Amino acid sequence: MPKIIRDGQIVEDAWIRVCADANQPDTQDSQAYLLPLHAWLEESAHPLRAPWLASDTELTDALAASLMQAPLIGIDFPDFNDGRGYTLARQLRTRYQYQGEIRALGDVLQDQLFYMQRVGFNAFALRADKDLQAALQALKPFSVCYQAASDQALPLFIQRAQGA
Amino acid sequence: MYQYDTYDQTLVNERVAQFKDQTQRYLAGDLSEDEYRPLRLQNGVYIQRHAPMLRVAIPYGMLSARQLRTLAHIATTYDKGYAHFTTRQNVQFNWIPLEKIPQVLDELAQVEMHAIQTSGNCIRNTTTDQFAGIAADEVADPRPWCELIRQWSTLHPEFAFLPRKFKIAVNGAKQDRAAVQVHDIGLELVQGAQGLAFKVWVGGGLGRTPLIADVICEALPWQHLITYLEAILRVYNQYGRRDNKYKARIKILVKALGVDTFRARVEQEWQELKDGPSTLTEQAVTYAARFFHEPARTQGVDTQAFEQARAQNKAFSRFVTNNVQAHKVSGYAAVTLSLKHPSHAPGDINTQQMTLVADLAESYSLGELRVSHNQNLVLADVRLDQLFELWQILDQHQLASPTVGTLQDIICCPGGDFCNLANAKSIPIAQAIQAKIDDLDYVYDLGPLDLNISGCMNACGHHHIGHIGILGVDKKGQEFYQISLGGRSGNQANIGKILGPSFAQEAIPEVIAKLLAVYVAQRHPEETFVDTYHRIGAKPFKEGVYA
Repeated sequence: MPKIIRDGQIVEDAWIRVCADANQPDTQDSQAYLLPLHAWLEESAHPLRAPWLASDTELTDALAASLMQAPLIGIDFPDFNDGRGYTLARQLRTRYQYQGEIRALGDVLQDQLFYMQRVGFNAFALRADKDLQAALQALKPFSVCYQAASDQALPLFIQRAQGA
Repeated sequence: MYQYDTYDQTLVNERVAQFKDQTQRYLAGDLSEDEYRPLRLQNGVYIQRHAPMLRVAIPYGMLSARQLRTLAHIATTYDKGYAHFTTRQNVQFNWIPLEKIPQVLDELAQVEMHAIQTSGNCIRNTTTDQFAGIAADEVADPRPWCELIRQWSTLHPEFAFLPRKFKIAVNGAKQDRAAVQVHDIGLELVQGAQGLAFKVWVGGGLGRTPLIADVICEALPWQHLITYLEAILRVYNQYGRRDNKYKARIKILVKALGVDTFRARVEQEWQELKDGPSTLTEQAVTYAARFFHEPARTQGVDTQAFEQARAQNKAFSRFVTNNVQAHKVSGYAAVTLSLKHPSHAPGDINTQQMTLVADLAESYSLGELRVSHNQNLVLADVRLDQLFELWQILDQHQLASPTVGTLQDIICCPGGDFCNLANAKSIPIAQAIQAKIDDLDYVYDLGPLDLNISGCMNACGHHHIGHIGILGVDKKGQEFYQISLGGRSGNQANIGKILGPSFAQEAIPEVIAKLLAVYVAQRHPEETFVDTYHRIGAKPFKEGVYA
């Protein structure tokens, strides 16, 4: 079974990602699938179906309302230089208060994990050729952060002023 | 100036360790060229013509004597004995081998410096007025705000992979000396109805598509600075074009949507962020401001000897007229050290000069100095009774060219001699013009003149906003130069217009001389070059050059 990083640990994972242009699995299929958003919306109540969002997804209130019932939400990085997924994750966590798993998919590399976990990703399906163990070690290269984010309630400038 | 506490120091140290590891993995072949590129860029490392180029941030232009000594040490130990100051308050080294760069970053970290986000598609070094805190026309000191922006933008998790680079400038004075209208975001401190506020400009920039920014908010109350910036960046991160890097800057998005639609999206995004945890408080601002308090200055400085020297010594008098800026405290002045001596490339400084300037900053100006976007250095707190003595030392070391603001004070990118992006050389053009028009009386007679040179359309030399702009272009493998006229920086920012067909390198000094002759023949009394141009238009200049 493939492995991913979830909540700071390497774990086996049963979810299989289905690409946008592939044949979509049968509803009766008891394998867990990550479906492209449009396909998932067709059977969003299915417990073994979860959506993945393309980086250019427009996150409207209506879409977010549907997503709240997803068992997990994948966000695709078509290229690690495409930073739109960071904003999507942050909006899901802070604006819509999504509590489930948010998983980074696609061109996911060790050196971006720190930023990803800060904006609310808690699971990472690294690119297949990458070393999970090394990535796990590099999850938090910084012990100090200036900004408020999913992992820090207040920006440092507020913390300092309160401590001063 | 700002001083690191354990948080800042820890972060910078951890950044050095991270980059050391990334560089080792790259050199070992574990990271591909493509994977390593944005990592090195966000640590200021470009691969250049001769060796990597390292760009070090000088946040909002403030530098201590101790830091300058470290830059000198790095130039001697790892480079060829000099450094280059840029148009965005950064300093560049051109000859440091890649495997030495983590070590250099380590040395920088020890004096509270770094190269974080000096390059790459992220929020760059925040810049400001080189006379911040001492200018008489100041609404408020921009530096505490710059520092807050520096912290907010440093390793911001959401905005590390933007569509393109992102530059923010802050101006606190009536006169804009930070070029806010040609930045991705320009912030101008204003007195609003409820106290201090920011006039927010967005979508300015030079480069391939030069545009003057639009005003997106007339008076943003200071409490909301960070959340509002975050809203702008979020809209840009989501909707900025990623399919074409030449159309990826925020200015293209603002133009495509129209400023009103863009503003509406920002406002919508801001509703969620406004009054949230990143809202600034009185305490947070006071905390940042305490690093920029008024220093102890001498009252009642005796200026009689200074006035006498100025009256008697012509060279000193020229220096005072051109390189000395009024200070808000009487008896003090800000002194611009020109890095435009004809013997050096514009913006370049050698190790001996750096060491000397560090000493002078300590002896004459509270141990601090500033870097200007005109690529000069500024000692901002010099007592007038010590100015003559200071000038004599500067003059001995080729740092007193009395030409600030004149034709000789050329802004110039490193160009084809160093830069991989350049189409053409720029330094030899600057030097040839300086040599051709070097009679100081004539230079002074020409009055204020911004001559800016870029070696390619990325416009690091800000040629679009020069009264005279020179752009290096490539014509079938040959270096040619296009002239534009009428550009302006500051409050009346304006993009210059291309005069006509481009010229060969050797023709440029003569072309400039002819343009100046047209101006001299046509000007009204006291009228500057750029004003004459805007009054009479391009035609007489075209005739003067192409006839």
